[in-house]
Amino acid sequence: MATNTREAHGDLVLENVTKEFADFTAVDDLSLVVPRGSFFALLGPSGCGKTTTLRMVAGLEQPTHGKVLIGQTDITGTRPHERPVNTVFQSYALFPHLTIRENVAFGPKRRKAADAVRLADDALELVQLSHLAGRKPVQLSGGQQQRVALARAVVNQPEVLLLDEPLGALDLKLRRQMQVELKRIQSEVGLTFIHVTHDQEEAMTMADTVAVMNRGRIEQMGPPERLYDLPQTAFVANFVGQSNLGVGRIHGTDGDFIVAEVSDTKVRIPKQRSEIHDGEVMFGVRPEKVRIHESQPVATGNDVKATVIDVSFTGVATQYLVTVPSGASWTVYEQNLDVEPISLRPGDDVWLSWDPTHAFGVPVDEDGRKAALAEDGA
Amino acid sequence: MTTAIAASAREAGDPQLTPPRRGGRRRGWMPYVLLLPGLLWLTLFFIVPLVQLGSASLQSQWPGAPGYYYRDVNGANYLDALSAYGVHFLRSLAFAGMATVLCFAIAFPLAYAMAFKAGRWRNVMLILVVAPFFTSFILRTIAWRQILADEGPLARTLNALHLLPGGHITETWVAVVAGLTYNFLPFMVLPIYTSLERADPRLLEAGRDLYADRLTTLRTVTIPLAAPGILAGTLLTFIPAAGDYVNAELLGSDTSTKMVGNVINSQFFTVLGGYPTAAALSISLMVLILVLVLGYVRRFGTEEVL
Ligand SMILES: Nc1ncnc2c1ncn2[C@@H]1O[C@H](COP(=O)(O)OP(=O)(O)O)[C@@H](O)[C@H]1O
Ligand SMILES: [Mg+2]
Repeated sequence: MATNTREAHGDLVLENVTKEFADFTAVDDLSLVVPRGSFFALLGPSGCGKTTTLRMVAGLEQPTHGKVLIGQTDITGTRPHERPVNTVFQSYALFPHLTIRENVAFGPKRRKAADAVRLADDALELVQLSHLAGRKPVQLSGGQQQRVALARAVVNQPEVLLLDEPLGALDLKLRRQMQVELKRIQSEVGLTFIHVTHDQEEAMTMADTVAVMNRGRIEQMGPPERLYDLPQTAFVANFVGQSNLGVGRIHGTDGDFIVAEVSDTKVRIPKQRSEIHDGEVMFGVRPEKVRIHESQPVATGNDVKATVIDVSFTGVATQYLVTVPSGASWTVYEQNLDVEPISLRPGDDVWLSWDPTHAFGVPVDEDGRKAALAEDGA
Repeated sequence: MTTAIAASAREAGDPQLTPPRRGGRRRGWMPYVLLLPGLLWLTLFFIVPLVQLGSASLQSQWPGAPGYYYRDVNGANYLDALSAYGVHFLRSLAFAGMATVLCFAIAFPLAYAMAFKAGRWRNVMLILVVAPFFTSFILRTIAWRQILADEGPLARTLNALHLLPGGHITETWVAVVAGLTYNFLPFMVLPIYTSLERADPRLLEAGRDLYADRLTTLRTVTIPLAAPGILAGTLLTFIPAAGDYVNAELLGSDTSTKMVGNVINSQFFTVLGGYPTAAALSISLMVLILVLVLGYVRRFGTEEVL
């Protein structure tokens, strides 16, 4: 049995996995398929169950219900050492009593590889740390320890490699550098990487597929561009980038569009871009898709009067914070393309417009309702 | 090596690794002032008595006046003492060694359970480990005499089952080793517990994640992480156990289980003219333990202990 499951290969499949701690459900009926060899990101706020999900894949935690499979092999209930899965822990968890080389050779030695040390040296070369092989972990900087932790997992050529916020402890510059590095290593070794993060930018830049997780559930899953372009829930609309939202009621259709009324303003949403087709809908549009005007634009039919609250100039763009009639604050990004930029000050009345093909509609939920009102462009 | 680390630390922008040098010179005398009380204490209560003990071990007896000595360099005291009581030495080492091994065998699982499995019972267990200290060492050992006595529950049960060759527990080496094990157990549990408690449980998970089953993880991760505690615990058990005489006195027999501590005790306090022998035995025991411990620490030691 042990050797069988260790030889499993294929996609990682979670089937209706649930994890309960006493009366608290950390992971709630989660199903997903991670294709073999892909770079998959699990994105979600702190406490949403990302680590718990990884631990169930690693075998460090057993699901209360549901199954974990690799390819056709059911690995639910097997112990961590029986799974072809390795983890890069959030805190690295390097063995302090072993040298860097011994740390990396630990896995191959346990698997009785004859050339464990050579494998370790190759893995250290991959992460460009060969020169530190003889040192102890305490003698390394955070970034170097991070790479050792990666080498220690990669050296085993696991079917699935789990990374639990591996860049969380690094400063911003090192983080950007490691994102590129991780991506390079993943494409070089071709292993399935599951990268957990709460940083949406990190998830978007690195992964082929991003799953957005909230309260133990996956809210939406797909390629980063698609998540950004067409969020399916209010949570995703605000966690992956920012959105201007408004709660409205659907009144009818107009060609390929749904027409909804948000605080006495009629807005249009393309039919294929709305999850909801009647009743209450959460209308949304991304800040960079909105234009700002000093006077009412002619014949766009998608405009709304607003009041400027704040203007911040960031060089390439100017960010405006405005209040719309519903009382919500919206954000507008204007690229500074014109020689004579519009000069607006807080308190000025403006008109907002957008191309309705960019609008999207998601179900109204409590989180979204709050977000629609409290949206402060932060 | 140090410069290499310092250089790479600077490179990595990690200021913690570069030692601060500012202000070192002016505060230079402070550590010595702070050391002074400790040094005085050591001189008064360790160095002086040690010198005295050393000189007593080399004294000669006035001929015809037992109990009276003159200053001398009489190395024969050592030869006499060791030839007469060598067997007690070996017995002390054997008993202390057995007690240390037994203590480890009991303490490690206990400390492991306390550190990783006890949850909210951890503090209760800790108190239970320390609680016996609230009663005197002698009283507890006497209590064991009752427990192990021929009419006591244990000996009676074993006798009824014909499992006790000789019919006694007290007056045998088993009782002495059991007493030593019991009395020194907390000194093994506490340091091991401390080092396990400090160990990151993620490290044990990392071991299992990297294809080590539970037993292999124990051998390759848990025990090495607990090494400083194990080292401290074995020393804290072995050293006092080797010099102990209370357990042999209260639980052992008059002849076959006497340890070197008992000999020293009786030479000092009951045998007239035994002073030089007692002193020579004390010094020998000290030197022997020192040599053993140094060898042990060099073999298994870590920087954290030395
Ligand atoms: N062993 C546990 N016992 C009880 N609750 C736990 C345990 N592990 C995690 N949780 C809870 O489950 C939730 C999800 O935790 P986690 O998976 O670590 O979140 P994330 O990694 O997304 O920040 C948290 O609310 C956490 O408090
Ligand atoms: Mg986490």
